[in-house]
Amino acid sequence: MSVLEVLRFALRGILANKMRSVLTILGIVIGVAAVILLTAMGNGAQSTIQSSIFSLGTDTLTITGKQPEGKDAPPAQPLTQQDVTALSDRTGTPDVSSVSPVTSGQANAARGTTTYHLQQVVGSTPSYFDANSAKVAAGAVFSEDDVAEARKVVVLGSTVAEKLFGQPAQAPGQQVLIDNLPFTVAGVLQRKGSGGIQTADDLAVAPLTTIQDTITGHDKLNQVLVKANSSNAVSAAQSEVSAILDDRHHITDPAKADYQVTNPQQLLSTINTTLDAFTTLLASIAGISLLVGGIGITNIMLVTVAERTREIGLRKALGARKGAILGQFLAESTVLSLLGGGIGVLLGFLGSQIRIGQLQPAVSVDSVILAVGVSVLIGLFFGSYPANRAASLRPIEALRHE
Amino acid sequence: MRSGRKARAAEADTVTIPAVSAVTPVIEVRGLRKVYGSGPTAVHALRGVDLSVTQGSYVAIMGASGSGKSTLLNVLGCLDTPSAGRYRLDGIDVRQFNENQLALVRNRKIGFVFQSFHLLARASALSNVELPLVYAGLRGARRRRRALAALELVGLSDRAGHRPNELSGGQQQRVAIARALVTGPAMLLADEPTGNLDSTSSDEVLTILDRLHDAGKTIVLITHETDVAARAQRTVHLLDGTIQ
Ligand SMILES: Nc1ncnc2c1ncn2[C@@H]1O[C@H](COP(=O)(O)OP(=O)(O)OP(=O)(O)O)[C@@H](O)[C@H]1O
Ligand SMILES: [Mg+2]
Repeated sequence: MSVLEVLRFALRGILANKMRSVLTILGIVIGVAAVILLTAMGNGAQSTIQSSIFSLGTDTLTITGKQPEGKDAPPAQPLTQQDVTALSDRTGTPDVSSVSPVTSGQANAARGTTTYHLQQVVGSTPSYFDANSAKVAAGAVFSEDDVAEARKVVVLGSTVAEKLFGQPAQAPGQQVLIDNLPFTVAGVLQRKGSGGIQTADDLAVAPLTTIQDTITGHDKLNQVLVKANSSNAVSAAQSEVSAILDDRHHITDPAKADYQVTNPQQLLSTINTTLDAFTTLLASIAGISLLVGGIGITNIMLVTVAERTREIGLRKALGARKGAILGQFLAESTVLSLLGGGIGVLLGFLGSQIRIGQLQPAVSVDSVILAVGVSVLIGLFFGSYPANRAASLRPIEALRHE
Repeated sequence: MRSGRKARAAEADTVTIPAVSAVTPVIEVRGLRKVYGSGPTAVHALRGVDLSVTQGSYVAIMGASGSGKSTLLNVLGCLDTPSAGRYRLDGIDVRQFNENQLALVRNRKIGFVFQSFHLLARASALSNVELPLVYAGLRGARRRRRALAALELVGLSDRAGHRPNELSGGQQQRVAIARALVTGPAMLLADEPTGNLDSTSSDEVLTILDRLHDAGKTIVLITHETDVAARAQRTVHLLDGTIQ
């Protein structure tokens, strides 16, 4: 008996009871589509979060002050301009390419009758823009001179520029009031947009000295951004920075440090681990529904075999070998599960075209292969029990079956 | 594959047997017993049956309902296994055959006709007749030609495309006979082939059996009717599982 013959018998068997076949297939369809869609969502979440971290720069360390833990801890020493000067000495930090002090606060911006509350007014040096991977869309960033002279110039984030000027491209050269002081707009930043961190475009950046003079004061810095020479040098830069700060802040026990260095690559790998676990969880939930679909196939095959016992008896009486009967029913359940798998893949693909908020699901080839592979195995595995039972019957027993 | 080689050996036997069977009977049964169930509820359907059927003969089996006629014919057709006793088919003890060889015997040596036709409802007459050829490994045009020839033999060439529910009872039974004949077995076993038919249809079926007998086929048939049995060369009477 040829393979084609077996397939023809199988298809005839499936088409003989269309409604039931459709319902059986549905179980597999839902299972396979769920596996593909849920893993696609996990992958999508992962790449969304990754790209928003990448957009902040993966080779920039962020140093922030913090209160050391423990009751007997000495009072924290804030981050200061002296720390920045020490970090900027390349003999101690050969892997660092730039150090940017950051002070930040809130302020009201106004232009004519338009006012806007700035969530974040940043005071820093020109290297800040490079450290943040921020590029200008119009105009230019301010200069070291502007910082030295504490000039009232400002670079606006795209959201702020749109709110105040409508057309961001027209902003450079114009005046804007920040906390009632006139600033000249030097430039407007390109939109970062990439989800997650909303404030990326909602900020204004001015020279460090200017902001300290007018808004935040000179006693401390909120952050220091340290850009490494390359993304491979981030870890080396981190240990150099820690060594210098430990020395300057008299830290002997790293657990009691009064500062914290955030390494974006560590952050990335932590988030990746978490998201991997999340994706696995989603996939296993989907896997369960696939299993349920498989049980549906077993059930249907059992019913089919019971219903068609007389047909099986007749085929055996006419000279069908056990293998031929087995092949027919196995082919039937495999075709059912393959059909279900195929439609499930299609639905999974279609479903993952839909964007959910910031999240664009990304189908992984692995999940497709896995889902289809599993559905075929389900067909073979769950189909083999009833098929084997059917094929083992003696012809007369099967023929007498009511 | 060991069993595969055995199966081919059995196939080869089919070819060599006819020369020998002029002397040995096609069917030779000795002390055949069949017990259904066990313990106090056991039914002794056959209690030691001895029977020989020579090549080309036409035998009718008669007997009261429940006397064991169908049980005997099922054993002869290798559809069932006896509880005790020996059955030689073409001189070979069927106990020697494994599952696959039995399938081959059913396919090539025996044509079985059931009282209730047992046709596949969703398949055309032609497909039904082709079925044994499918399991014999025949394909395409050759299979079609042989199936059509078998339908021609029972006078149903013009009904090849019809499904069983579009045929009369007599026509359905003729399709079943065509199916039993299509692989060219030397022996035809029929369990009350006319039991469900009116007299006209019965006549058509019996005429076909007569012709097959004239062509040299061995025929064993179960019947309740004496006029049907009268067409056979020999009548065997069963009573409570033994031959009278
Ligand atoms: N599968 C079975 N299980 C138990 N008993 C059975 C089975 N098949 C047949 N019998 C019994 O065996 C005996 C012989 O049955 P069988 O079918 O051979 O009779 P029969 O001569 O063909 O009768 P009929 O003329 O009514 O067809 C009967 O008593 C029947 O009840
Ligand atoms: Mg009977």
